[in-house]
Amino acid sequence: MLHLVLFLIFGAICVAGAVNLLVQRHPINSALSLVAVMASLAVEYLLLGAEFVAAVQVIVYAGAIMVLFVFVIMLLNAGEEARTGGSRVAILFGIPGMLAGSLLVAWVLITHSGTQEVSAGALPGPPREIANLLFHDFLLPFEVTSVLVLIAIMGAVVLAARPESIEQQKREG
Amino acid sequence: MVPLSYYLVLSGVLFACGVTGFLIKRNIITIFMSIELMLNGVNLSFVAFAAHWHALSGQIFVFFVMVVAAAEAAVGLAIIIAVYRTRETLNVDQVNLLKL
Repeated sequence: MLHLVLFLIFGAICVAGAVNLLVQRHPINSALSLVAVMASLAVEYLLLGAEFVAAVQVIVYAGAIMVLFVFVIMLLNAGEEARTGGSRVAILFGIPGMLAGSLLVAWVLITHSGTQEVSAGALPGPPREIANLLFHDFLLPFEVTSVLVLIAIMGAVVLAARPESIEQQKREG
Repeated sequence: MVPLSYYLVLSGVLFACGVTGFLIKRNIITIFMSIELMLNGVNLSFVAFAAHWHALSGQIFVFFVMVVAAAEAAVGLAIIIAVYRTRETLNVDQVNLLKL
């Protein structure tokens, strides 16, 4: 019962944050509501017994990635977004379409997925087990992701560098 | 105890909110945040299924999704900075030329 109450409270915070992300016009408000969504999702992971995933969610998503977003918003001095004809058409057709789609998905899931229940703590996800899987069974994908991150770092540096500084380096080098 | 379908519905609603934001938002940074919202919705369904089938590999996949999201955020935000530098705007309606 307690699990259901906690699930409902934090699920409501999650959906409210997601809707607030859509409603807000200023990107910094959207970013902060996305932080709220991610933090309440971490609680949902805790309810599912995935403690380590919850910790990583808070540290990596709500911490690192959102700091990057806020940093870019501040760096570019992003203001309120303007309303254009295209966005009005998108609102006119997008919101009813997505409402209908999500209601359909919710109806199908609730009526056809049986009554199996996920109990909190049924699958303890201790760091030891996760590490065993990550560094043994999934070692190759893990190493490949390290290459991916390296390429992403280099790409970010090259893309965000000022064109003048690259030319200057070429002249000096 | 919470039925599995509740988690899936929450994950679907988050994904739908992400798609809607992707469609209706005109600020390129907010569009990018909507993509992160979609990834979060998918992560929730991964963890819910991992708990349902007692398979920890679902949680491992969440880590991989997070790594890809982090790499994507880094490269995407660098692209946004480069776009802003050349066009002085963040509105996607005004970014409609491949070459200036």
